[in-house]
Amino acid sequence: MKLEELRQIRERASKELSLRKGNARIKVVIGMGTSGIAAGARDVMAAFLDEISVRNLTDVVVTQTGERGLASSEPVVDVLITGEPKVSYGQMTADKARRVVVEHLVNGNAVTDFVIEVRG
Amino acid sequence: MNRRLDVLVCSGAACVSSHSAEVKSALACEIDARGLSDEIRLVETGCMGPCELGPVLLIYPGGTFYVRVSPNDVAEIVEEHFLKGRPVRRLLWETPEARRIAEEKKQVPFFEKQQKIVLANCGEIDPENIEEFIATGGYEALGRALTEKSPEELIETLVASGLRGRGGAGFPTGLKWRFVARESGKTKVVVCNADEGDPGAFMDRSLLEGDPHSVIEGMTIAAYAVGANHGYVYVRAEYPLAIRRLKTAIEQARNAGLLGLNILETGFAFDLEVRIGAGAFVCGEETALIASIEGERGMPRTRPPYPSTSGVFGHPTLINNAETWGNIRHIVLHGAQWFAAIGTPQSPGTKVFALSGKVVNTGLVEVPMGTTLREVIFDIGGGIPNGKAFKAVQTGGPSGGCIPAEYLDTPIDYESLKKLGAIMGSGGIIVMDEDNCMVNIAKYFLDFTCDESCGKCVPCRAGTRQMLDLLEKITDGKGETADIDRLRSLGMMVASTSLCGLGQSAPNPVLSTLKYFGHEYQAHIHEHRCEAKVCPSMIRFEINPAACRACDKCRTVCPVTAITGKPGTPPYQLDAQTCIRCGRCAEVCPFDAIAINSGDLN
Ligand SMILES: Cc1cc2nc3c(=O)[nH]c(=O)nc-3n(C[C@H](O)[C@H](O)[C@H](O)COP(=O)(O)O)c2cc1C
Ligand code: SF4
Ligand code: SF4
Ligand code: FES
Repeated sequence: MKLEELRQIRERASKELSLRKGNARIKVVIGMGTSGIAAGARDVMAAFLDEISVRNLTDVVVTQTGERGLASSEPVVDVLITGEPKVSYGQMTADKARRVVVEHLVNGNAVTDFVIEVRG
Repeated sequence: MNRRLDVLVCSGAACVSSHSAEVKSALACEIDARGLSDEIRLVETGCMGPCELGPVLLIYPGGTFYVRVSPNDVAEIVEEHFLKGRPVRRLLWETPEARRIAEEKKQVPFFEKQQKIVLANCGEIDPENIEEFIATGGYEALGRALTEKSPEELIETLVASGLRGRGGAGFPTGLKWRFVARESGKTKVVVCNADEGDPGAFMDRSLLEGDPHSVIEGMTIAAYAVGANHGYVYVRAEYPLAIRRLKTAIEQARNAGLLGLNILETGFAFDLEVRIGAGAFVCGEETALIASIEGERGMPRTRPPYPSTSGVFGHPTLINNAETWGNIRHIVLHGAQWFAAIGTPQSPGTKVFALSGKVVNTGLVEVPMGTTLREVIFDIGGGIPNGKAFKAVQTGGPSGGCIPAEYLDTPIDYESLKKLGAIMGSGGIIVMDEDNCMVNIAKYFLDFTCDESCGKCVPCRAGTRQMLDLLEKITDGKGETADIDRLRSLGMMVASTSLCGLGQSAPNPVLSTLKYFGHEYQAHIHEHRCEAKVCPSMIRFEINPAACRACDKCRTVCPVTAITGKPGTPPYQLDAQTCIRCGRCAEVCPFDAIAINSGDLN
C-alpha cells in the first residue's frame, strides 16, 4: 500500500465514522412516540435513511424524538440545517420523505406542501 | 440502507469483567429482533474511562452515555431510545458533584476537565479494526515521516516538542532518540515498555486494549528516525486482552503494508514482535526488561552502558514507555510547537492517570500537565465518597510518595511532584481518606517492593526487609522512639546505594509518610493509637452500655464468642481478651452501640 492508497482508505473509512463526529450540517429529527410510530413513522425513517444513502449524503444525521403533541400531524419530521430556521413537516409518508431528501436536503428548498411550521 | 446510530460498547478489561460482552450480545439480539440491524451498528471499543461504572455505553449521534448497564436494560434501551428516541434517563450518569444528570458524555464533569490526546481514540473506535484507526488520521504521521521528513528532522521535532518519557523518570524522549540515531551499529532495536508493574496502574494496558495501532505507529516512526528494523513490545502475561488486540493490530498492519519489508512502498523495513513477561515489577526496569527479552532472568545491571549504546543482544536500543509511544504520531502530525504549548513549559503534553482508591470516580483519565492534584481528585474524580475527609494521595505507586492535603494545589509535573518527595511515576494515583492509616500504607508499599526486589544488591534486598520489620513492629504496637530514626537512616541508605530504581525509590513511601504524617508514627509508638483505627493491635471494640438494647445480634455473629449476654437484658459484655477485632459485631449492631477505640487507656 502506498500513502495515496492509505489516504483513499481514510476518505472512505471516515464516512463510516461520521456519526461519531457530531458535525453533520443537516439533522433530520423524526417524531417516534407511540402515536408517531402508529401513524407510520418507522416507514418514514426507513425512507429517509434509504434515500440519504442512495444519494450518498454524508453530512446528514437522522435521529428521533418522542411525542411532539401534534397528534393530528403525525408522523412529524423536523429538518435542521446549520444557519437556517427549523422546518417541520407533518403527515409524512415514505414518498414524501424521499421528496424532502431531494428537494430540501439536496437542493435546499423546503417542500412547502407538507410544511406545518417554520421556526427560528 | 444508511446507518443512523453507532452504539459503542466499552470492552476494556474492567467492563469485560463486569460483563459487557453479555450486554453486547443482548443488544445484538434485540436489535436484530426489531429488524434494526441495518440502521444500528454495534462497536466494541477500549476503555472509556469511568471503569467503576461499567459496563458503559456511548451512543452517537448525541453522545448519550449509559452507565452500569445490565442485559436486563437492553430491551428498554432499544425500545425507548433506539426506536423512539427517548434516552433511558435512569441509566444516565448522575453526577452528585454537579447535582444533575448528564444527558451527554461531554457534560459529565468526569470528562469536562480532561484533554484526550493519547487516549483520543480509546473508547471511540474499534481497536480491532484498522480502518477505524486510519479514519481518525492513523498512519498519516508515518506516511508523512517516511515520504517528507528526514530522520534528523524527526528527531529535531521530537527534541523541540519537549516530550518526556511517560514511564516514570521523565527523560527527554528526543534526546534518547538522538543517542540511538548516532550509534554506528548496523542493527538497532526499538522497544515498547508495557510491563506496567505498579499495583493499581492500568494506563498502558488500556492504551494497548483501546488503540494498539497508535503504539505501533509511534514505534515505526521512531524506527525510521533511529535506523532500526526490529522492535519488541514487552507486555505482562496478566494482560491477555491487550496482548490479543495488539497481536491483531500487528497482523493487520502487516497485511496493509504498514509493517514489514516495504512499508508504504517506501523501501523502509520494520517489524514487531510481542514479548510476554511473567509480571515481575523489576522487569519494567529497562535493563532487566532487556535481559528478559533476551531470554535471561529479568535482573537489572549497572548502567552505563545505557541501552542506547548496548541493549537487546548488545545492539543499540531505543526503549520508551507505551504512553510515550502513543504521543509520537500526534507530535509528527501537529508539530512540536503545538505539543509544547500543551501542559507546562518543563513538562509539555498530557499525562494519563489511573485514578483509584477512596475517590468517587475511579478510572482512566488524561489531563494536561500542570493540572492540580485537587482538580484531578475533586473535579474529575468527584471527591471522596461517603462524606469522608481526604487524607493523602500517593503518586508514582510503590516508588512514589504520599502527599498530604496542604499540597493539593500542586500542579502535576515531574519537578513539582519530586519536590514533595513523591514522583510522577507511570501514572498511578491512589487517593486515601481518614480511614487509611499512613503507617499501614507505607508498610503495604514496602511489603510490595521488598517482595519484588530481585535480590541482586544487599541494600535493596536486606534493607527493605529491615525497614519492613520495623514497620511491622510499629503497627504491632511494639515500636520504640528510636525506630523512627532507624527507619529514616535505613531509608536513606537503601535509596542511595541500590543499583536500580526499584531499590532507589522503595523507601519513598516510608520517607514521605514520615515527613508528612510523622504524628501518626508517634501516636502508634507512644500512645498505641492508630488514628484511622486500622492496625488491629491498637484497636478495641467496646459496647456502650447506655446504647445497647440487648438485641443479641452481635453475639450471634462473633466468630470467637467474645460477646455474652441475654436477649432483652442489656448491656451485653464484650471480652477484649478473646476478641480478635474482626469488626463483625460493629457492622451488625442496629443501634451503633459498639464503638471502635484506639489508644492507651488512662
Ligand atoms: C523498578 C522499575 C520499574 C519500572 N517499570 C516500568 C514500567 O512498568 N513501564 C515503563 O515504561 N517504565 C518502567 N520503568 C522505567 C524504565 O526503566 C525506563 O526508564 C522507561 O521504560 C523508559 O521509557 P520512557 O523514557 O518512555 O519513560 C521502571 C523502572 C524501574 C526502576
Ligand atoms: S535495587 Fe533491588 S531490584 Fe534493583 S537490582 Fe538491586 S536488588 Fe535488584
Ligand atoms: S448488637 Fe448492639 S444492641 Fe444488640 S446486643 Fe449487641 S451491642 Fe447490644
Ligand atoms: S473498561 Fe470500560 S470504562 Fe474502563
